[in-house]
Amino acid sequence: MKFDTPATTNPIDQMKVVGQPLDRIDGPLKTTGTAPYAYERHDVAAAPAYGYVIGSAVPKGRITGMDVSAAQHAPGVLAVVTAENAGPLDKGKYNTAKLLGGPEIEHYHQAVALVVAESFEQARAAAALVKIDYAAEPGRFDLHAARVAAFPPEENDITGPPETHVGDFAGAFAQAPVTLDETYTTPDHSHAMMEPHATLAAWEGDRLTVWTSNQMIAWANGDLAKTLRMPKEKVRVVSPFIGGGFGGKLFLRADVVLAALGARAAGRPVKVALQRPLIANNTTHRPATIQRIRIGATREGVITAIGHESWSGDLEGGGPETAVNQTRLLYAGANRMTAMRLAVLDLPEGNAMRAPGEAPGMMALEIAMDEMAEKLGIDPIEFRIRNDTQVDPEKPERPFSARAFAECLRLGAERFGWDARNSRPGQRREGKWLIGIGMAAAFRNNLLMKSGARVRLDGEGRVTVETDMTDIGTGSYTIIGQTAAEMMGVPIEKVTVRLGDSTYPVSAGSGGQFGANNATAGVYATCVKLREEVTQRLGFNSEDAVFADGHVRAGNRAVLLGAAAAEGDIVAEDAIEYGDLDERYQQSTFGGHFVEAAVDAYTGETRIRRMLAVCAAGRILNPKSARSQVIGAMTMGAGAALMEELAVDTRRGFFVNHDLAGYEVPVHADIPHQEVIFLDETDPLSSPMKAKGVGELGICGVGAAVANAVYNATGVRVRDYPITLDKYLDRLPDAA
Amino acid sequence: MKPFTYERAASPAQAAAAAIQMPGAKFIAGGTNLLDLMKLQIETPAHLIDVNRLALDTIEPTQEGGLRIGALVSNTDLAADARVRRDYGVLARALLAGASGQLRNKATTAGNLLQRTRCPYFYDTDQPCNKRHPGSGCSAIGGVTRQLGVIGTSDACIATHPSDMAVALRALDATVETVKADGATRRIPVAELHRLPGDTPHVETVLEPGELITAVLLPAPVGGTQIYRKVRDRASYAFALVSVGAILQHDGTGRIALGGVAPKPWRVEEAEAELPNGPRAFTTRLMAGARPTRDNAFKVALAERTLGAVLNEARG
Amino acid sequence: MHSHSEPGLSRRDLLVAGAATVAGSAATGPAHAQDAVNTSSMDTVPRAPVHAPVRFTVNGREHALELDTRTSLLDALREHLHLTGTKKGCDHGQCGACTVMVDGVRINSCLTLAVMHEGADVTTIEGLGTPDRLHAMQAAFVKHDGYQCGYCTPGQICSAVAVLDEIKAGIPSHVTADIMATPEFSVDEVRERMSGNICRCGAYSNIIEAITEVAGRAA
Repeated sequence: MKFDTPATTNPIDQMKVVGQPLDRIDGPLKTTGTAPYAYERHDVAAAPAYGYVIGSAVPKGRITGMDVSAAQHAPGVLAVVTAENAGPLDKGKYNTAKLLGGPEIEHYHQAVALVVAESFEQARAAAALVKIDYAAEPGRFDLHAARVAAFPPEENDITGPPETHVGDFAGAFAQAPVTLDETYTTPDHSHAMMEPHATLAAWEGDRLTVWTSNQMIAWANGDLAKTLRMPKEKVRVVSPFIGGGFGGKLFLRADVVLAALGARAAGRPVKVALQRPLIANNTTHRPATIQRIRIGATREGVITAIGHESWSGDLEGGGPETAVNQTRLLYAGANRMTAMRLAVLDLPEGNAMRAPGEAPGMMALEIAMDEMAEKLGIDPIEFRIRNDTQVDPEKPERPFSARAFAECLRLGAERFGWDARNSRPGQRREGKWLIGIGMAAAFRNNLLMKSGARVRLDGEGRVTVETDMTDIGTGSYTIIGQTAAEMMGVPIEKVTVRLGDSTYPVSAGSGGQFGANNATAGVYATCVKLREEVTQRLGFNSEDAVFADGHVRAGNRAVLLGAAAAEGDIVAEDAIEYGDLDERYQQSTFGGHFVEAAVDAYTGETRIRRMLAVCAAGRILNPKSARSQVIGAMTMGAGAALMEELAVDTRRGFFVNHDLAGYEVPVHADIPHQEVIFLDETDPLSSPMKAKGVGELGICGVGAAVANAVYNATGVRVRDYPITLDKYLDRLPDAA
Repeated sequence: MKPFTYERAASPAQAAAAAIQMPGAKFIAGGTNLLDLMKLQIETPAHLIDVNRLALDTIEPTQEGGLRIGALVSNTDLAADARVRRDYGVLARALLAGASGQLRNKATTAGNLLQRTRCPYFYDTDQPCNKRHPGSGCSAIGGVTRQLGVIGTSDACIATHPSDMAVALRALDATVETVKADGATRRIPVAELHRLPGDTPHVETVLEPGELITAVLLPAPVGGTQIYRKVRDRASYAFALVSVGAILQHDGTGRIALGGVAPKPWRVEEAEAELPNGPRAFTTRLMAGARPTRDNAFKVALAERTLGAVLNEARG
Repeated sequence: MHSHSEPGLSRRDLLVAGAATVAGSAATGPAHAQDAVNTSSMDTVPRAPVHAPVRFTVNGREHALELDTRTSLLDALREHLHLTGTKKGCDHGQCGACTVMVDGVRINSCLTLAVMHEGADVTTIEGLGTPDRLHAMQAAFVKHDGYQCGYCTPGQICSAVAVLDEIKAGIPSHVTADIMATPEFSVDEVRERMSGNICRCGAYSNIIEAITEVAGRAA
């Protein structure tokens, strides 16, 4: 189905199942420990061998010698896989560094060997017997030092143009009566999903099956085949449950390749989970940024010039963190510029993490907006609303498909008690606590991607959906089930949803908050096709047929849905494809974040007391799971604001705090009760579902809302994330 | 993790004797730190002596009016003990500020004292570390040091001791009771249990080979207002940036030990005379000779401010 | 430009250094074996695995196993008994995904050896309820959407059940205001006590609602 004109009334609008806050259909499995994750597939491979990964001990250089003999002769060892014996390997399309390194080493903890043994304990012990000599080479590990040599990144679909210019930014900024020119930094972040990257691989002749943990089945399928130089038809990727990804499992990673190679070498199924202390340096991370923001405005608070520059680093051949992207779209202003610069670093591979670009970009921009509002003496909400725009500020002929930004901010202010905020910072004290309130905009684009599905109807009236879409905690199982139930007129109990298998039609996959809208739209398209087949078989005029309550009705005739498949299952396969609606209209999601923070006047410890997000993101397919997406993103944003940082040893070239004790993410005690409000909205330009993404909107801006609340509490402005106490202790007001 | 043989010990003396008879032997109780380190091959015992079934899990009054805490009493049970909560509040609070509920259920009193540093360079076996491999160098010095020590450190090691409980025991003037391989017992003040790194950071305590801690002795209660204040980046389940264990009397005197700043609980008795003169005077004396790095210099200021918070809290 | 400070750093060097390392490491136990004997002679050749028998009960069913002594309780459950509801998130006591109850007390099953649990009574997530017969806590997690990816969820639920028992048993916490008083249920008490269970998806707010409901109180 081609979606190239705005959606009109369709069966989804009934909202009998879609839009209802249903419990997740996979909930009973997840809460009882019976949902099978990759490393747990005792059902598909009876006695797998165990792989243990060895990471490079140097960040850059060459392996000059490798002695695996002791390991090979260690008890239980079946194979030791290295680049030397693995046979020729290519690199995946989506990988920057090789997944099996050697002799060249591209980053610290790059996998250089897999030890396969009968037991996990044996593999782990034998791994320590592998002796490797390295010739280390000098590397570039410090973004601040490498910044001077940074260059404009190559333009592509993901990155966008390296620079944009509208009007005369420099002139307008020079002439503006009120200006801000500040630099902000965000550190490297780790996805730190709870399930380590894990794969069980089994060969059957020249065919390979991997049970793995991956967000994008088709990408993994293609890149695994490419890496192993196999036809992709001979590779099957299965990933029905994924223990968190956040972008860290968008791509093929070392666990998959090594499990496949290990299984080939050992001649039996092999499973591999990346050891936790390896993950931060072995896999990808969100790159650090240095961001300079300049804003010029009239005294009335009308932005006349806005400029955003960002520097980030990556391995040779990698890409930038696109932290300036939202600044091209979020606020009005006649004179504008953005620029990205990319430095080559020899740290581990930078790549997408939840809301790449906007997450760190909004952390900076929305502090800058707070600072600017204060300079102007204008309430920060009013300042933002004054610079709202209904059209793409760089291309005014492109309107937003829907933009309820101001409504989000106004409603949030009302619900959060914004009126009670003292605009002078450092004024509110409760005992030892300094109390502050802050807000920030939320903004994230809505992306349209082709997405396919297969839907089967059987004689019992049961509907089975198959798509390679994944559920990484997002609720895909449930919203896909709701979509099929709505379309076919059956209760959700009559729908079976099967996900995450490369033998199913290719979907949009999970990433960039594009999964929900596109994958359900793909199911919608396929159900439309199935309905046509059903009506045809039953002899109905498809225009008039109504699918409801397990029946198909037209005129005064009603037939059980299953009757259409009495003589055999009916199977439909289709995909949603898009025209140019996302070119003619800018499609984005909007919101406002509100935070109350308390800062200990003595020690500077910050505790978040209240959080509210108000979101406008099109139709909300399931308010329960959508709300969870937003609170989860708010939690990750709170971590980015207050504690998360991969600490770089700029001498030795690696992330030092590479486990879950060193890389602190929020725990229960850090997170208060969280409120989420969704505006009642549909966006007929996004898809027949009229939905948009919401899973990343929740992280965009929340860090700045925390920062602004800390400022309001203390009067101390911190522009370098995370806002840890050491950065402002000496500037806190006198405690006593 | 290297293979090891395993035995369950029948008595403390037998355990201590076995420890020197069996090559590469170690005791295991809670295991929450030892197994963590064995998985990384930072610890490589060839033989484990499981002491969990020894009858060392009770808390008994002593003739001196204090408490004798069995080495195997779990951190949870110790913190929940009514006598500890009433008379040794700083200890209960320190225990509850540490680790997580699950870990406190398993971690033991003696094991907590003997846990090893959480320095990330110590944990990364691809990096040199004088504690792991004497003479290999300290990769932390000049590296990422925000969490590391500011005082009592050396050119060979700047790691901190991670225990909260030990800080409270130091303020309480507790003593450990041990049994040696020959069956002899002795008492060691907590103040003297841990060694500063000097040139030998791998030698962390004064215990002899095979020596087994059997109990921790608390002196008779000293009253006062007892506070344990732990400052960390997240609200729970994190090691201290700085912690203060304090026992403060109404006359302005008190005992203070710090955590998170040194290779052992940091207390300087002579400095306590400065307490009536306020946090700055006291901290200046307590932290005299501190050698912080650029990244952890804040710990000195934080110690003073945290002490200010503690004194304020004590005033009610 | 920064150069690596040790060109030629080799794993072999580290191993040699490791082999030469002798004493001075502290045991985590009520003991400190300043390794009585130089272990270097043994480290030049791989030691053979050692197996030992152990019997314990899991979810009411007795198991007699012969295990490599190095096997953690977690791996015994997941790899030997195929009880994969208990999750391995970090294998180092840093996340709580492996939480189970042993003799009624919640612990991290990754940081304990299976052979240390002779005679123990272990309860895992599978012992609480099944998809068809959910435990009240499991049902509350479903109702309040107290999970997303599901990987930390069994640990969260085991901890939640244990936390309510710990409060009832009068065990204080870091946030108990009066340490002499019997602790009472509050959301702050639960947040502190649940903090050893990390949920990267960030379902915390919903998890607290689920636990609060089971505790029979209003949020």
